[in-house]
Amino acid sequence: MCAKDLRIELRARVVMAQVLPFGVLVLILFAFTLDPNSAILPRIAPGLFWITVLLSSILAVGRSIAVEAEHGARDALRLSGMDGGAIFLGKVAAVVVQLLALELVLIVATFMLYSIDVRGLEVLVIAAISATIGIASTGTVYGVLASGAKVRETLVPLLVLPICAPVLLGATKAFESALAGRSGEAWPWVQLLGAFGALYLTVGFIAYGTLMEEA
Amino acid sequence: MAIVTVRSAVCVLGQFPALAGADLTVDAGEILLLAGPNGAGKTTLLRLLAGLVPLRSGSASVLGVDLTVDCRAHRRRLSLIGHETFCYDDLTVIENLRFAARAAGARDEAANFAATRFGLGAIADVRHARLSAGQRRRLALAAALAREPELLLLDEPHAGLDAQGRDLLDSILVAASADGVTVLVASHELDRARSLATREVIVEQGVVRAGQFVAPAGRAAL
Repeated sequence: MCAKDLRIELRARVVMAQVLPFGVLVLILFAFTLDPNSAILPRIAPGLFWITVLLSSILAVGRSIAVEAEHGARDALRLSGMDGGAIFLGKVAAVVVQLLALELVLIVATFMLYSIDVRGLEVLVIAAISATIGIASTGTVYGVLASGAKVRETLVPLLVLPICAPVLLGATKAFESALAGRSGEAWPWVQLLGAFGALYLTVGFIAYGTLMEEA
Repeated sequence: MAIVTVRSAVCVLGQFPALAGADLTVDAGEILLLAGPNGAGKTTLLRLLAGLVPLRSGSASVLGVDLTVDCRAHRRRLSLIGHETFCYDDLTVIENLRFAARAAGARDEAANFAATRFGLGAIADVRHARLSAGQRRRLALAAALAREPELLLLDEPHAGLDAQGRDLLDSILVAASADGVTVLVASHELDRARSLATREVIVEQGVVRAGQFVAPAGRAAL
């Protein structure tokens, strides 16, 4: 499932050719709006980065759902006989890989645009991975819930963005602490991100098969 | 041995009773033709047997699985061909076939064999998005066979195929039946479907009644 989704993305290049430019554009617009010479940009950069990632992830999750909507592929998945939990883990893994690649480019753009010195790299990496698993799991769970709705494109952000508020808060705080050279203060936030990701991974693994049937 | 047993099945789609007390029994190795007008409930009956449509009342057993208890357990052992191809635009012919086969626990060799049987070898590396309508239909049918099913549920399988493709499909279905695969075909092309069917039933206004068609002597034993 993961390999299939990644192969489709490698060919269609929706995330890299459309979502990534969207993310970079959002970062540039933030810089324009907030005055690049202002000292405020480096201070709020972690929040801007994670808002950008969250908005971009909605598009990536939407793409993951759309792939299964073409040519009755969702019915094919239901008929395939594959375990719902396995389908969920495969789809989450594919979204995580795509989002991590996206974040890698966006973080470099953030550091360059907002003139930030890189510190606490270990915390940044672990926090980013934990937050990404949380976002991908949540998006995949609510994505399948909305997959049968005609207003899917607008419903998914309405469902996912509020639920991901703890991820936005935790990842922003962890990044702020790490970039300020206070990595010790970041770990409780990283733990929050880990707990959130584990919770939604578990919920999705258990419920995905049933949600797919009911959608 | 009955592979499919349906008793007084009622299925409601929205407010509309798509099946209104349908009864059906299908034995192993049969090729059963489901005839009937548009909107009679043929597609709903096939989707019920695949476990995609819930029963409102009545009972249904497919491949030994009681659908009122579990509508998923039997899915790996059947293939359904509907109006869609069930394939991914950005995967090639062979990748779509292998994905379908692996999902059902079949080997890659089954996918390769299905590609060859349906004459898809020359376009094995072409993406689904670039196929013609007829080629897509062949791919959908090949994907159904690649799963090595015990039960084939086909909804208008000849639609979109050229004459050669139709003949090929018929020969493959008869061969599958001879190998013990049970086939249900919903079709409006009665002459063609009767040429391969062992029995016919008529679906009308959500109920099933016996058709007049009886296979020639010897055909029923296929």
